[in-house]
Amino acid sequence: MSTATTERHDVAGHSNTPILELENVGKSYGNVHALRGVSLNVRQGEVTCVLGDNGAGKSTLIKIMSGLHDHTDGTMKLDGVARRFGSPRAAQASGIATVYQDLALAPLMSVWRNFFLGNELRKGPLRTLDIARMKRICEDELGKMEIVVPDLDRPVAGLSGGQRQCIAIARAIYFGARVIILDEPTAALGVKQSGVALRYIVKARDAGLGVIFITHNPHHAYLVGNHFIILKLGRVVLDAHRDDLTLEQLTTEMAGGQELAELSHELRGIDPGKVIEPGEVEHGHVEAPALSREELKAVEREEREEEEEPRA
Amino acid sequence: MTATATEPSRGLAARDDRVATRPLAARLLSRPEVGSLIAAIVIFLLFMAVAEPFRNVANVGTILYGASTIGIMAVPVALLMIGGEFDLSAGVAVTTSGLSASLLAWNFGLNVWVGILLALVVSVAIGAFNGWLLLKTGLPSFLVTLGTFFILQGVNLGVTRLLTGNVASADISDMDGFASAQKIFGSEVTLGPVNLKITVLYWVVLTVIAAYVLLRTQMGNWVFAVGGDAAAARAVGVPVRATKIGLFMAVGFCAWLSGMHLLFQFNTVQSGEGVGKEFIFIIAAVIGGCLLTGGYGSVVGASLGALIFGMTQLGINYAGWNPDWFRTFLGVMLLLATLVNMYVKRRADLR
Repeated sequence: MSTATTERHDVAGHSNTPILELENVGKSYGNVHALRGVSLNVRQGEVTCVLGDNGAGKSTLIKIMSGLHDHTDGTMKLDGVARRFGSPRAAQASGIATVYQDLALAPLMSVWRNFFLGNELRKGPLRTLDIARMKRICEDELGKMEIVVPDLDRPVAGLSGGQRQCIAIARAIYFGARVIILDEPTAALGVKQSGVALRYIVKARDAGLGVIFITHNPHHAYLVGNHFIILKLGRVVLDAHRDDLTLEQLTTEMAGGQELAELSHELRGIDPGKVIEPGEVEHGHVEAPALSREELKAVEREEREEEEEPRA
Repeated sequence: MTATATEPSRGLAARDDRVATRPLAARLLSRPEVGSLIAAIVIFLLFMAVAEPFRNVANVGTILYGASTIGIMAVPVALLMIGGEFDLSAGVAVTTSGLSASLLAWNFGLNVWVGILLALVVSVAIGAFNGWLLLKTGLPSFLVTLGTFFILQGVNLGVTRLLTGNVASADISDMDGFASAQKIFGSEVTLGPVNLKITVLYWVVLTVIAAYVLLRTQMGNWVFAVGGDAAAARAVGVPVRATKIGLFMAVGFCAWLSGMHLLFQFNTVQSGEGVGKEFIFIIAAVIGGCLLTGGYGSVVGASLGALIFGMTQLGINYAGWNPDWFRTFLGVMLLLATLVNMYVKRRADLR
């Protein structure tokens, strides 16, 4: 199916062959299969959206592509050559930049030091840091995102979540030559800054980068995406091109379709519009909702999965 | 990406009136070493006022010598703390280094210089082992180096007694190469009325190099990053393992330098020496503004911390006070300096 869609959407000027290809990639941690049989093509000038709920395997997928983890099954090809990235540095060297959900910023370091961390500019025979140039570039790049940072020498810990997000995105775009992976870039942002981040995704696409946009917000994904993949419990449950999908379909698929219908049926009895008179509640008088054994297990599993990936 | 494209947005960005430029004083006061600088000045003035011999210029050499023996170790320990780790074995590692040079040369009848080089290998290897074990096991460095601290303490005593039947290494002053080695590690120069030990030179050079590396090189940036957030550093491609192991090896190297001075100053090394010194190095680093949690600190601050030690140690003597109180004084100093650091930094950050 994915080959058919590419032929249909062959954009003049961009090469048709994928930069990054995943074929039946899987990852197991001991007896836990976090990811199974994921196939994915990233082309230049396209935005590939990966959607999924918590614990669906999105983070594992990112970690494989960005070199933090090695996959245990399948193959990952870069420019048609099977590759395994031993470290994030190797992935970066191959042109894959990642903006993590936790942003990968060292809190007590200044803005410009964070911006160039791992890619410091140096000059002279002593390989001294070229501080003036790094500050200037940092200021320019942040200016393009319309981010106001009071002082590039201040530690990033003092900035807001949105400012930090934008620093991380600006950094990845500045250094990410070919493929940029964005891990939930809009999750912690306000409406206006989400818009800025989405526009930056489009800019990256227009610059000819392959963009992988990880999110659990189908509305954001549908605004910018060319291709959509939904993960559930480590498997691909939907793999569709934009032309074959409407926002409603995507939202329904993402929300779990059948599951959501069941949940809404179940919750109908609670009468969501009702307002109760305020009253005194005696200690111990509010009962916990009764969950069936299966529901309890599902909740426990989700909690466990989130704990197991503390930096997800 | 052209300049014309960025200019309007930069102009727009600059017009956010919520952000004012910070006054120069606030920026200076938010530097990590400011607490130690204030403390050093206060202590200097205190002893200038109460201790007559402290005012004698000839004693500057003695004070700086005391500071330098601590400073040579406080500098790498501060780097290591900025990199997010501790080394509790740093004190006894100095003794181990002195002992290995002396015992190897004496026992096998080698040239002293061969012993010195072997000791360098031993010291750097101990540092590398600490770092390797730490990263291999994922245990906190406090535990790992506490282990090496006790291991080395035992080895120092056990091996020395095994080889010499004594608790100190044999006198090696009549061996080949001793004279030239003593020139390098234990000599002194006279500048007017002041006698300066060579360790003062090493201390100053180490401080300058370490401060330069920390603030002006890629490696320094990595040190801050692995201490501030190792996972974030790894994610953007910083070689976390190599950086941390390198820092431990730097401590090993400086322990070797210190150990060689110990050996060539006194011709023998007492095998029980060095216990408790590790805390003095850490205290100097903390007074100098290093956070216990890593990611923040200053090498110059650690050197100022060592200077405070040197001044206090001799100042108490010169003032005729009972030296029993030296450690109490240090404890109070540590608490005061950290409180000043915290207070000044908070005030400066608000401005």
